[in-house]
Amino acid sequence: MSPQNASSPRVVVLAGGLSHEREVSVRSGRRVAELLRDTGVDVEVRDVDAGLLAALTAQRPSVVVPLLHGVSGEDGAVQDVLELLDLPYVGSRPDACRTAYDKAVAKATVTAAGLDTPVAVALPHTTFRELGAGVVLDAIVAKLGLPVMVKPTRGGSSLGCSVVRVADELPGAMVGCFAYGDTALVERFVDGVEVAVSVVDLGDGPQALPAVEIVPDGGVYDYAARYTAGATEFFAPARLPEDVAARCARTALEAHRVLGLRDLSRSDLVVDGRGRVWFLEVNVAPGMTETSLFPQAVQAAGLDGGALWRTLLERAIARG
Amino acid sequence: MHSPPPTHGSRLDPWVSAYAARAGSMTASEIRALFAVASRPEVVSLAGGMPFVSALPLDAVAATVGRLVAEQGARALQYGSGQGDVRLREQIAGELMPLVGVATHPDDVVVTVGSQQALDLVTRVFCDPGDVVLAEAPSYVGALSVFAAYQVEVVHVPMDDQGLDPAALREALAGLAASGRRAKLLYTIPSFHNPAGVTQGSARRSEVLAAAEAAGVLVLEDDPYGLLGFDGAVPRALRADSDEGVVYLGSFSKTFAPGLRVGWAVAPHGIREKLVLAAEASVLCPSEFAQAVVSAYLDEQPWFDQVKAFREVYRERRDALLESMAALLPAGTTWTRPGGGFYSWVTLPGGLDATAMLPRAVTARVAYVPGTAFFAGPAKDRGRPCLRLSYCFPEPERIREGVRRLAGVVEAELDLTSTFGPQSAGRPRGVVDVPGPETA
Repeated sequence: MSPQNASSPRVVVLAGGLSHEREVSVRSGRRVAELLRDTGVDVEVRDVDAGLLAALTAQRPSVVVPLLHGVSGEDGAVQDVLELLDLPYVGSRPDACRTAYDKAVAKATVTAAGLDTPVAVALPHTTFRELGAGVVLDAIVAKLGLPVMVKPTRGGSSLGCSVVRVADELPGAMVGCFAYGDTALVERFVDGVEVAVSVVDLGDGPQALPAVEIVPDGGVYDYAARYTAGATEFFAPARLPEDVAARCARTALEAHRVLGLRDLSRSDLVVDGRGRVWFLEVNVAPGMTETSLFPQAVQAAGLDGGALWRTLLERAIARG
Repeated sequence: MHSPPPTHGSRLDPWVSAYAARAGSMTASEIRALFAVASRPEVVSLAGGMPFVSALPLDAVAATVGRLVAEQGARALQYGSGQGDVRLREQIAGELMPLVGVATHPDDVVVTVGSQQALDLVTRVFCDPGDVVLAEAPSYVGALSVFAAYQVEVVHVPMDDQGLDPAALREALAGLAASGRRAKLLYTIPSFHNPAGVTQGSARRSEVLAAAEAAGVLVLEDDPYGLLGFDGAVPRALRADSDEGVVYLGSFSKTFAPGLRVGWAVAPHGIREKLVLAAEASVLCPSEFAQAVVSAYLDEQPWFDQVKAFREVYRERRDALLESMAALLPAGTTWTRPGGGFYSWVTLPGGLDATAMLPRAVTARVAYVPGTAFFAGPAKDRGRPCLRLSYCFPEPERIREGVRRLAGVVEAELDLTSTFGPQSAGRPRGVVDVPGPETA
């Protein structure tokens, strides 16, 4: 870290890691670090490696910003370690991360709170092996119908996800999904307007930022559509009637609340043809890259990204 | 906080409607993103093709570079000739090319920014959009990227353990002729092929030349690994037997230092003139400094002894790879046994899809390049059961550990296949599903 104003917080942004989303995390970290430096904060971006704990212990930064996506970043592991070191950090506590990161657990939690989420089943590979893939898949299709969304229960950036419209494609989608994780979530596909609602708490309680509507060129918001600038059209705020937009905001706020999240989150939702809002999943470390949704929501809200992050830091420092 | 919804969305790139059609395939790639993890030390990367430059006498190179700047800095730091420094061209023609059996004149040599630029220049000079280029199946991904950039159609020609199959080549040429088309180029890597790891015998080389000549197709011979044969023998280049029908591409990246980006083309007079003009339009001139470093290294250092040292390093690593694959990979897996170069081409059993398997491999901390990367366009599916393993960079013990991890990944994938049957998960979308050049 370079010497700065004595009152300026010293911040470590954690980015990279060993998950499949390493590249996204590196870009998120770089971007947030730039925003913070513009506010005069002393920022170091660090990867997660064997030297991290020694460095954090020696440096004792004012606050840590975990921007790790995927395993160990969003599953609460890094947050657990930061708690062990008594270091303040931005974002949700470990137990909340764990609940939110597992899509099946998160869905069950928000369903219990009365939110709508598409019916789904989460099964490990071993279930298919032991009972026979054919009969299990038949049972899934009989229950959920088609199309369905297949995705790993843990992970982000659409990695391992696919929409299955005909039953013959289901085994291939399962294989693609199990390459990313041991348990697959098969969810009834809801056709509609895809939106992301970011939630941020700047001191007055969690507030929902304007919904960002996602219209990918190819119809599917996959990895290429997410990270190729120009491949997706975004509307911020989303082109939704005011009452529907308000329901989206309430859904994201309620998910943030019942999952016990802190500081920031992003809920991915679908609004069906009748205006019903469906919760799909929530991210405790939403992407902050040039094409990510959270920064677009911040801009649509008329907020300054640097000031927002500065406030999140100061709140984390204040709570110790 | 509610404001009126916009009538037009944002694409986060104001120039999206202005890009050339050829940029359409330049998208983010899920596969390529996975290679970001491969750069971490926890991962055994059998993916990248980085030469083991730590084996170079770096102190001696430093002394050479220091002396060069002190004594010839004003020249080495100036613009140079578009064709390349004449002293280096003399060394290439006089010292390098005879090793592969080619007698040539310095005037016929064009120095380029790595042989990759020579590939780009030859394609630019010869190919219009929609033209056909023949290439081996599989072929070097960097060449396929160049062909894609020029919107060239690649027709893959089968190869086997002896390299490009002349009968298949004749068949492909006849097929094109029957449809009223002619290939502009035959792109081939006859020696220590990337990614296939095989070398073409001399009889086949003659047949390939004859077939290309009969069809009026220029041969683009890519030979970066020719000096890296493990038995010490240097295969005779195609160019040695055809002055007019072959453009030869050479490189210092594998025998000295890829960071200098110095390669060359040896081309017939008419082609060479156009390559020089195209090169000047592209980069004005190759780095005068990098050329001066290479030239001084060739003059002052026992460079061929260093090539021999590299051979030994790579032979030991090749052996580690082959031995551990034989000991650890599941039955039914097959692979090529490279006699030189950097790569072995592995074919998985049981209908496995190496592209779909890559995330599991990355989780297991081992990386490879899926076979789909080495085929163009619709032919990509032909690479699904295959993968390329490189042994050039990791130490032998790391190679063994990497293969051990890979074996576990293949076993797990076979288990999955036994559950769901052979499946293909999604078509790879990116053109360049390989690690960046800096990623080992």
